Amino acid sequence: MDYFWLIPFLPLLGFLINGLFQKWLNEKSAGLIASAAVGAAFVLAMISFFGLMALPADQRVVHHTISSWIEAGRFNAPLAFLLDPLSMVMVLVITGVGFLIHVYSIGYMHGDSGVKRFFTYLNLFTFAMLVLVLADNLLLLFVGWEGVGLCSYLLIGYWYEKKSATDAGKKAFIVNRIGDFGFILATSLTFWALGTVNFTEIADRAPGVLEAGGGLITAITLLFFLGATGKSAQIPLYTWLPDAMEGPTPVSALIHAATMVTAGVYLLARTHVLYTLAPLTMFVVLVIGMATAIFAGSIGLAQTDIKKVLAYSTVSQLGFMFAACGVGAFAAAIFHLVTHAFFKALLFLGSGSVIHGLHGEQEMPKMGGLKAKMPTTFLVFVIGGLALSGVPIFAGFFSKDEILWQVFSTGNVIPWVILAIAALFTAFYTTRAILLTFYGQPRDKHLFDHAHESPAVMTVPLMILAVLSTIGGFLWLPIVSGGQKMKEWLTPVLGDGPHAAAHAMVEPAAAGHAAEAAPAAEHALSMSEALKATTQHSAEESARVATQAVHGAADAAHTAVAHVSGGVFHYPGLLPAFGHNTTLELILILVSVAIALAGIFLATRLYAGRAEAAERLRQTWGGLHRLLLNKYFVDELYDMAVVRPVRTASDFLWKIVDVRGIDGSVNGVGTFMRGTGDELRRWQTGLAQNYAVAIVIGTLLIVAFVLWGKWSL
Amino acid sequence: MNEPALPMLVPVAWYQLLAAAMFAIGALGVLFRRNILVIFMCVELMLNATNIAFVSFARHLGSLDGQVIVFFVLAVAAAEVSVGLAIIIDVFRKRGTVDLAAANLLKG
Repeated sequence: MDYFWLIPFLPLLGFLINGLFQKWLNEKSAGLIASAAVGAAFVLAMISFFGLMALPADQRVVHHTISSWIEAGRFNAPLAFLLDPLSMVMVLVITGVGFLIHVYSIGYMHGDSGVKRFFTYLNLFTFAMLVLVLADNLLLLFVGWEGVGLCSYLLIGYWYEKKSATDAGKKAFIVNRIGDFGFILATSLTFWALGTVNFTEIADRAPGVLEAGGGLITAITLLFFLGATGKSAQIPLYTWLPDAMEGPTPVSALIHAATMVTAGVYLLARTHVLYTLAPLTMFVVLVIGMATAIFAGSIGLAQTDIKKVLAYSTVSQLGFMFAACGVGAFAAAIFHLVTHAFFKALLFLGSGSVIHGLHGEQEMPKMGGLKAKMPTTFLVFVIGGLALSGVPIFAGFFSKDEILWQVFSTGNVIPWVILAIAALFTAFYTTRAILLTFYGQPRDKHLFDHAHESPAVMTVPLMILAVLSTIGGFLWLPIVSGGQKMKEWLTPVLGDGPHAAAHAMVEPAAAGHAAEAAPAAEHALSMSEALKATTQHSAEESARVATQAVHGAADAAHTAVAHVSGGVFHYPGLLPAFGHNTTLELILILVSVAIALAGIFLATRLYAGRAEAAERLRQTWGGLHRLLLNKYFVDELYDMAVVRPVRTASDFLWKIVDVRGIDGSVNGVGTFMRGTGDELRRWQTGLAQNYAVAIVIGTLLIVAFVLWGKWSL
Repeated sequence: MNEPALPMLVPVAWYQLLAAAMFAIGALGVLFRRNILVIFMCVELMLNATNIAFVSFARHLGSLDGQVIVFFVLAVAAAEVSVGLAIIIDVFRKRGTVDLAAANLLKG
């Protein structure tokens, strides 16, 4: 465990070997080196995990400083890693799932011309992601944050001969810039307010320094959240993720489902101390998460590209995670992050297996009946689908149900309803994808005839992920006492769940209001004192002022209480009995099971066998279908609202300001000089006599001046 | 006009006017004639104009300095003539003409 800090450097080593010695490597050895590097990192992570587990729960924090990095005055950001239960979970997911995806890629990318480049990028990505989760300060985290962004860009545009791929890469990079801008501002503000960027110190100092619910803490957390919406594809910055499907499928699985896009959730969990101080931000996080969950889920209903369905599903599931963060259930969010990494990686790799078997076809309307041709892929895909839909015993059920329960039990009934509908959508589009791909009659005879099952190097990782997707949920069982292993593991870092978090939040808030009231009362009292001193007969007056002051204080206290128990932020108190109500939890579990089954049932009715049912529905709801198929025209909206105004402004700056103004003035100076030179050139005749004339005239002028002018020699 | 140190038959101013006129004629010749040989002769004219000025002042002031300088001028002029004629011959060989308008290599 003392060597945990080596974990990121193993993929870095793989990256260097694959990057520097490409010439001497063949396709196979590049894949083996890359996989071995991540595999070794996973082994080291497991060793660290057991080492960490051997420690008492409250001592599971290991620091390692590799070297100093940036030191300037009070500012200190060392190159240091922090291993605690939270980063441990992330490291295990990244190296574990990452390793399986690396192995899978050997089969999937076989025969591609740029395989060595592919594995180089993939290892670099793993390194950056590990730096992100292991960083012990915001600045180092940002290095990883940008590193994964870069690798995402490189891998989305991996097939760079394709214009749509490079466009998608650029889009991902540029949209993420908006979020990164928020991240940088938030980091700067954090340092300005707390004088540190170290996570441990931030957590120690924030409650004492920052006023709960105050403007500063709200600004900091909102800006961090802006960064998270960019990286984790939430409204309004989600549009890049569906386009990112232009990259190779293993990339979609690793970066755009299992690891990088969850960095935003990780960031919120890492800085959760700040968030629990900012109720307004928490409300925003909840609303954005819930809106994204249902919005992206509904788009997923109508997509025909199998990877696009999964992409919108990922956006939707990330929305669930943020909704959990929004009610303070950070541990539940991390739990869903883990199970989601399992089953979404499985689904993506499964779809990759289908695409591989169909020689690159991604459109579901051209598939159908593949069950017979690809039995293994079919089986694991169904397992992944069941996990995503939230069918009991599969991983997704437990994590999604936990989120729904946490949302409901904190009194957010309306968000719960919305998330439940999103869960219904999830079950529906997942079942639809399975039915369209694997069941029914083959809709493209030629494709079907040439379809084949993927090789073992691809199916074995799929099977391992299928097992994980099945049993992953048992890390955190509901109700069963002692079954919440995952929660217990994360408690030292993330606290005891939303109720405790709410409690922690409310007290400082009340204290803040009381603190506001105190000076007002004091001021009023001192006023009355002053009055008493200056005018002897106004005793009555001063008494009145004092009474006012007391009333003011009472009002302030009242506001404090009101703030605690009501307002937009439905934290505690509203439905207090839900906190530990087992019966209610059981009922809700049954409700979510019913929702999942209803979604599956509906999709089966529409898409199993008879194609006309779905067709009829499509015709009845033509407008709605077009709206969903075109993703609510959000891309077009952004194009109109952002891209085109920027283009117009740029055109103006380019053609008018730059070309005419700046270039014009610079060229004008040049033209003027050239013109003057052209004129003056004529004087340079090359005839010595002409120069002599000038000399004589000059001499005569000087003589004339000396003789008659003001000069004297 | 000051008292001359030595009596002079013709007033010194006349010599000066003669020298000035010769110098002006020589200068105008240098500036405006085309033929290098003529220009060369004009240069000699200017030199001799200064010689006259020197000698007349020397006589007027009763000093030998001016007369000495005239010998220097004559010697330098002789040397200059030899070099100058050599250049002219060379230019003629190169260009086949002694017209100065043809020697405009430095034209901008």
